[in-house]
Amino acid sequence: IYRLHGRYYEMAPNVVPMDYTRDPDVKLPMQLIINMPELKENPFKERIVESFSEDGEGSLSFNDFVDMFSVLSEMAPRELKAIYAFKIYDFNTDNFICKSDLEKTLNKLTREELTAEEITLVCEKVIEEADMDGDGKLGFADFENMISKAPDFLRYCFKKKV
Amino acid sequence: HFGSSVASYFIFLRWMYGINMILFGLTFGLVMVPEALMGKPYGSLPRKTVPRAEEATAMNFATLWDFSGFAQYSVLFYGYYNNQRTIGWLKFRMPLSYFLVGVGTIGYSFMIVIRTMAKNANDDGGGDDTSFNFSWKMFTSWDYLIGNPETADNKFASITTSFKEAIVEEQESRKEENIHLTRFLRVLANFLALCTLAGSGYLIFFVVRRSQKFALEGLENYGWWERNEVNMVMSLLGMFCPTLFDVISSLENYHPRIALRWQLGRIFALFLGNLYTFIIALMDEINLKARYLLPFTIFNMYLEEKIVKYNMTIWEASLYNGTIPENSTAPPIQVDPADVPRGPCWETMVGQEFVRLTVSDTMTTYITILIGDFLRAVFVRFFNYCWCWDLEYGFPSYSEFDISGNVLGLIFNQGMIWMGSFYAPCLPAINVFRLHTSMYLQCWAVMCCNVPQERVFKASRSNNFYMAMLLFILFLSTLPAVYTIVSIPPSFDCGPFSGKTRMFEVISETLEHDFPSWFGKVFGYASNPGLILPFILLMVLSIYYLNATSKSYKEANLELKKKLQSVRNREL
Repeated sequence: IYRLHGRYYEMAPNVVPMDYTRDPDVKLPMQLIINMPELKENPFKERIVESFSEDGEGSLSFNDFVDMFSVLSEMAPRELKAIYAFKIYDFNTDNFICKSDLEKTLNKLTREELTAEEITLVCEKVIEEADMDGDGKLGFADFENMISKAPDFLRYCFKKKV
Repeated sequence: HFGSSVASYFIFLRWMYGINMILFGLTFGLVMVPEALMGKPYGSLPRKTVPRAEEATAMNFATLWDFSGFAQYSVLFYGYYNNQRTIGWLKFRMPLSYFLVGVGTIGYSFMIVIRTMAKNANDDGGGDDTSFNFSWKMFTSWDYLIGNPETADNKFASITTSFKEAIVEEQESRKEENIHLTRFLRVLANFLALCTLAGSGYLIFFVVRRSQKFALEGLENYGWWERNEVNMVMSLLGMFCPTLFDVISSLENYHPRIALRWQLGRIFALFLGNLYTFIIALMDEINLKARYLLPFTIFNMYLEEKIVKYNMTIWEASLYNGTIPENSTAPPIQVDPADVPRGPCWETMVGQEFVRLTVSDTMTTYITILIGDFLRAVFVRFFNYCWCWDLEYGFPSYSEFDISGNVLGLIFNQGMIWMGSFYAPCLPAINVFRLHTSMYLQCWAVMCCNVPQERVFKASRSNNFYMAMLLFILFLSTLPAVYTIVSIPPSFDCGPFSGKTRMFEVISETLEHDFPSWFGKVFGYASNPGLILPFILLMVLSIYYLNATSKSYKEANLELKKKLQSVRNREL
């Protein structure tokens, strides 16, 4: 926690207090957080910060900051990571990963190098593969079912060391 | 970024490099180093010295590049080695070591190729779970540990390529086929390919005949083209026919991976066919001229041996100049080894041919890369500003990495090494050096001058196709060496087996001298045909049994997978 506080502090030394015993209400804006070296190259950095912020706009208090890194660390249980992964990929925060969410994810992953018909093909295939209840979008149950069988999920995703 | 098929070429190259390192270790450590350290030094024996006649040019660069002169009379080639049973204070058995290393390199190569094939087959049958292919690619491919912008760029590129590969697979599986039209086109394409192969075979036959005619009439009357006609025609065929096959394959409309296999198979058939037609045309000529020549080639060598020995006795007698009475033994006269007349040494000549072939092959590859890829890319990049049409999109544009050509080149090159390393222990060393530089040069060329192929496709999970070709070439290339070990007497004047009637006699000699007598007896009993034949039968039967059980295991595996899938579906 001390280390995390150190990182939080050095992002904005004039705003963050050293003493948290009086539980101050300090939030850092998204711009500062996404410039952290761990997150800078990540295509989903804005979504990550948004999904951990209480007010939904991307400002993180120290509690949110600690939450974020604890979920991203190796020690967090798989189910917890799956919950937050679902939140991250759900761009319009409607608790479903619909086709437009998939398209946005794909564009971020490939930096928009795929043609429009390739994008539609991939999104259709994803829905075809993972949608179990047939509503045309991925609910949390579908996502969890799919992710739990993925061999690479824990290896690449959500493993951060501060 | 360039796709997994290009990557699979480089992985294959790296694996070959590993094998060659081991072969190099064996030949260098067990053959070249002992001879260099403990054998008789240069100049002490006739076979180890440059003949007087060649001495003047022996140090020239041209001679050394051609692997004659000092390079020929060194540990690099077969002819240098002495046939002493043991050398040095360690009593190192040189001929035995040479023989065993030769056989051992072949055995090791077979073992490792088959082991890799088995491992690949295992991987393939194991995890083929593609039920969530696209979903996993989308949600789990980004590596959250990346913090470096360049790595991030590479990762983006590789993710894009991976998606494109998966898309191609999907599109291929969705394609609707007009069965009849496709079948007709494929038959037509195969027919055209056969015509090309037949045409090239006939062309070679024709050209070889013509060159024999030219030789009869005297080569001075003809210009450069006629003199080198055969070489040029074979090289030109090797350059243009693969392109022709490429055009033909566009008719066939196969999945890119299958099209690559057809392409490789056809080029392979082209090279083999050319080689065989060449040899047959030559043999035919020889048969026409001298019916009985072939059976007498071996007798010829025996005759040559007798002639040289006779010459040597005459030469020795001339040294004494008739100063000794007939029935006494003369004291040996000190003669400089460079002046002693030499016998023929076909093994060294064969070794030299292989080394020259490897070196010229390497040079050709490098020059092709430099000109075909690098200069072309420079030309397209800089002349694009002042050219009428867009050079980058039209002709010639940047070149793509030619996977099939490079893989075949690698495999044929390795075949040459296997064929020649018995006669020239330096070949694995040369090949290690060549592969090392080739790896870096091609990597640089791919990153700098090539563009990714238009249709990227995932290389098949198992590299078994390449391995199968390698195994076939390994088998073909070890046949000549094994034949010479078993049937042809070694040269009497050079090499570690000189003086024996057959090369493998070194084994029986070792058994006699170095092992207790009962060992020899046991060996004698064991090599009885009455024992060997039932043993071979037993091995064939066990192969059949193992094959049957493995098939049944695979089926059981599939059944279990299906059950698992239905249980999962039921749970949901």
